[in-house]
Amino acid sequence: MALLELHDVSGGYGPVQVLHGLDLTVDEGEVAVVLGANGAGKTTLLRAISGIISSKGEITFDGKRLDGRRTEAVARAGIAHVPQGRGTFTELTVEENLRLGASVRRDGDVGADMRHWLEVFPRLGERRSQEAGSMSGGEQQMLAIARAMMGRPRLVLLDEPSLGLAPLITRDLFERLGQLNREDGLTMLVVEQNANLALDMGDRGYVLETGRFVATGPAADLKNDDAVRKAYLGF
Amino acid sequence: MDLFLEQVLNGIGNGVVYASVALALVLIFRTTGLLNFAQGEMALFSTYVSWKLTTATDLPVLAAIGLSMAIGFVAGAVIERVLIRPVEEGRSPLNVVIVTLGMFLAFNSLAQLFFGTDPEVMPSPFPQGSVDVGSIRINKETIGLAAVLAVECILLYLLLQKTKIGLSIRAVASNPDSSRLVGINAGVMLMFGWALAAALGALAGSLVAGYENRGLDASLMQAVLVFALAAAALGGFDSPLGAVVAGLFVGVANALTIQYVDVLDGIELVLPLGLVLIVLLVRPTGLFGRRTVERV
Repeated sequence: MALLELHDVSGGYGPVQVLHGLDLTVDEGEVAVVLGANGAGKTTLLRAISGIISSKGEITFDGKRLDGRRTEAVARAGIAHVPQGRGTFTELTVEENLRLGASVRRDGDVGADMRHWLEVFPRLGERRSQEAGSMSGGEQQMLAIARAMMGRPRLVLLDEPSLGLAPLITRDLFERLGQLNREDGLTMLVVEQNANLALDMGDRGYVLETGRFVATGPAADLKNDDAVRKAYLGF
Repeated sequence: MDLFLEQVLNGIGNGVVYASVALALVLIFRTTGLLNFAQGEMALFSTYVSWKLTTATDLPVLAAIGLSMAIGFVAGAVIERVLIRPVEEGRSPLNVVIVTLGMFLAFNSLAQLFFGTDPEVMPSPFPQGSVDVGSIRINKETIGLAAVLAVECILLYLLLQKTKIGLSIRAVASNPDSSRLVGINAGVMLMFGWALAAALGALAGSLVAGYENRGLDASLMQAVLVFALAAAALGGFDSPLGAVVAGLFVGVANALTIQYVDVLDGIELVLPLGLVLIVLLVRPTGLFGRRTVERV
């Protein structure tokens, strides 16, 4: 069943319209991937879902309308957004970052989750009392994801997780994301320029060009689609 | 030697006041990235409220100051919501600076309008008299003032470092966008920051007006604000510890200049402010401020 549904969503920045009537569905437990070049509107799409920018159209999450709600309300509804550039609290420690990820939760049992994610990402465990800003890009990306998971979200929005990371680290990151999806049943909406990796992990794909979806379908089909291959996969 | 030590103690007494106003400035700077130029005049107004409460009723001074802090707390939150935030959203931070300068004039004038222009006597909550330590005489008032500052620092440290709301405030200061993404209501935290700063200002103003029979008039906080700004710049605008150390330093430097540097007679302000200038030339982030270094 559809966890997140967008119907005819448009939006942008002030007078500049970036998104033009998008329809999108993410089912519970699946990984949806949005591909697109720079400036296609990928980041704007995630910002519209999170209520960082205002948008027109219907955004439904778990049967409830999200459009028009404020960012913190969207977060509390169970959507964790890992923004482009990771958005870590650079002056705060790793542990404080993780604790903040649990801000959306009402229950008090943050300690057990903290232990769990520090085990899953041992690098973070080694650096738990170190300032987040002193870590490498890859480590900060792991922290951003672990922080998102601390809120026990039902849906994670990932904005270009591979940006600025070395190829090997990117591969490791996508392996872990795939693991989270398979083992923990985590639902994800991933926006990526690295189409190969993203389509390998994804169940469903969308291709975004200048604010419109020009192709959509099962990820495997998109990978074999000639136009998509030429434009995004480079072979 | 005794004269020297007495001047140092004198300076510490004033320095404590600069430090507590600088603390309020730093608190707002850390949560909002802004300098509140009206901090001193907001404190002036609150001081008049404390004075009115204790002289017009038979409320004891301490209770009056406490009540005035509570009123200041609410007023600070309202000011953030009504005056600051509408100007702040999405536009130049300079606009907010202009608003705080406007508030500077407004609060000073309102205080004179409501409470008159005659100098008033603000009773001190501290015991009078002094204690002798060896050959040095220390005012009980000075000790009381220093104790209040120490308690203030400890409570502020515990609030910011050890509580959930403190962590949220630091998160908003560090990255407002990300704080919203983890579900923190950044607006409420900003209101809280302003509220707390206003309450601390009310405390500082009420104590300084009563200190060594300083008295209460519309110019009470103006010199204090200049020194507090100097202290905040010296300590680093984002460091509460820096605000306290630098506040004490500026106070002591000023007292010693008055005593020993005859050349600067009448323009003693030059020395502490000159020292601040030198420190900032060498270390632009202040003594305790952090350089923003980020790996990407």
